[in-house]
Amino acid sequence: MEEGITSDQKIWRVRPEWPFLLFLIFVVAAYLGLLLLMVGANALTVSWSQASDILRDADIQHSIILTFVTCTATAILSVLVSVPVGYLLSRYQFRGRALVDTLLDIPILLPPLIVGLSLLILFNRISPSACCGMLAGGALIAAIWGVARKGEGIVIRFLVGSAVLFGLLSLVFSGSERSLEDIVSEVGFPMTFHPLGVVLAQFPVAAAFAVRTMRTTFDQISPRYEEVAMTLGCNRGQAFMRVVLPLAGKGIVAAGTMAWARALGEFGPILIFAGATRGRTEVLATSVFLEINIGNLPGAAALSLLMILLAVSTLLIVRYLAGKGGVV
Amino acid sequence: MNNGMLMLEQVTVQAGHFVLSPFSLEIGEGECVALMGPSGCGKTTLLETVCGLRDGPVGGRIVLGGLEVTNLPPGARGIGLVPQDVALFPSLTVREQIEFGPKLHGWKPKEIKERVESLAGDLGLEGLLGRSPKGLSGGEARRVALGRALALRPQLLCLDEALSGLDEARHDEVLGVIRKMIEREGVTALHVTHSKKEAEVIADRVVVMG
Repeated sequence: MEEGITSDQKIWRVRPEWPFLLFLIFVVAAYLGLLLLMVGANALTVSWSQASDILRDADIQHSIILTFVTCTATAILSVLVSVPVGYLLSRYQFRGRALVDTLLDIPILLPPLIVGLSLLILFNRISPSACCGMLAGGALIAAIWGVARKGEGIVIRFLVGSAVLFGLLSLVFSGSERSLEDIVSEVGFPMTFHPLGVVLAQFPVAAAFAVRTMRTTFDQISPRYEEVAMTLGCNRGQAFMRVVLPLAGKGIVAAGTMAWARALGEFGPILIFAGATRGRTEVLATSVFLEINIGNLPGAAALSLLMILLAVSTLLIVRYLAGKGGVV
Repeated sequence: MNNGMLMLEQVTVQAGHFVLSPFSLEIGEGECVALMGPSGCGKTTLLETVCGLRDGPVGGRIVLGGLEVTNLPPGARGIGLVPQDVALFPSLTVREQIEFGPKLHGWKPKEIKERVESLAGDLGLEGLLGRSPKGLSGGEARRVALGRALALRPQLLCLDEALSGLDEARHDEVLGVIRKMIEREGVTALHVTHSKKEAEVIADRVVVMG
């Protein structure tokens, strides 16, 4: 008998853990199996020659190029918006923060068709005067709410200023019959049923995901760095630029990649707002839809495989960055 | 001594539900005061208020070097901070950490170089200037943080449990370096600590809170 073990000590009875392990393996295998079968089904539907034919089609090549260009533009825009918004939500405690947080998640929760429909109505059925009036009203309500809740003076002044500015703009545009689309078209940025509209249709959901990623990124960077930088003479903006932003580099790439991947998968808003015109506003997601519509299932499957490849590559980049110490 | 380099006059701080009742303290020029007290008594809150890192106190005033700094931004107060978690900027080398303040304040390159070399010599960092914070030991990181905090020749050096987490040998070594640097630079210091031993070695006077 070993030293320290006396004869009246018993080993406690523990139930075997293999049933639980087996259950976990079964669920994981079933789920992964379904995903693999979905990819496999696409692969089995298309031959190399069919895939090569569709990829040589001029309209599809245009669609691939437009997909890359619009997804990249959306990703850049999303990063430009998500960095300041994510930083604000991560670092500042203010009244109405929960409301802002909820509003920012709306694009994720909304059915995609509604995003497209809302953009279509906004640009084509609502006058600029009404747009400015709505913004002025929103800013005014927020300002009154801020005063009632004793919010920050600078925020209330900003809201009141915005309400006045949009109110004046509403008066300037009043009487005009033109739509928002007319105005943006006049200045050279047509949106509805135009390639630029593809970016706008992809942007709300992609940016919402990028904001979440950036917020998590900034949450994981200790505010102590900024505090030390501020004792050394930085204001908050300088501390952000000199200390926080270099640390958020991998998070920014991850947010951009996430936005790119979301934009790649966007379909409903693009179809409604930008349309699916061959050789003009067609992107890969709409190409798949158009190929199905004309009964070319192998073509749709080939394009699906291309999109799966792009999505998996993007995911691998995000995972790689996360594994390298980046924050996702 | 006792020219009142730092004067806290009935300073009252509110941080969420925590309220630090009116607190007064006077620290003379070149004096090192250790601030002790039980956990949660508000030592760090008070230190951060002195540094300007919290919203201004709800009552009282803070005077540093004859100037009221109660509502000044942190960077305008002339304070060097060594925080508990050191917080060396991960993307900068040791040299860049020390240069950070002087560069921001527009010092001439020659002045910056001289200051960095002088501090590196005093702190034993000569061989580490090109290194990133990742490769530094706990003791080395503390010395770099001390150099960064002293680079601008602040009026007040604030140390927030800056030696916690070090093993005994490193602890004593860094404690000695801090004491030496406070004397050499002639800086007034406020040192928040839990350790009586630290307070005895480093401080001219111990103030107990709570």
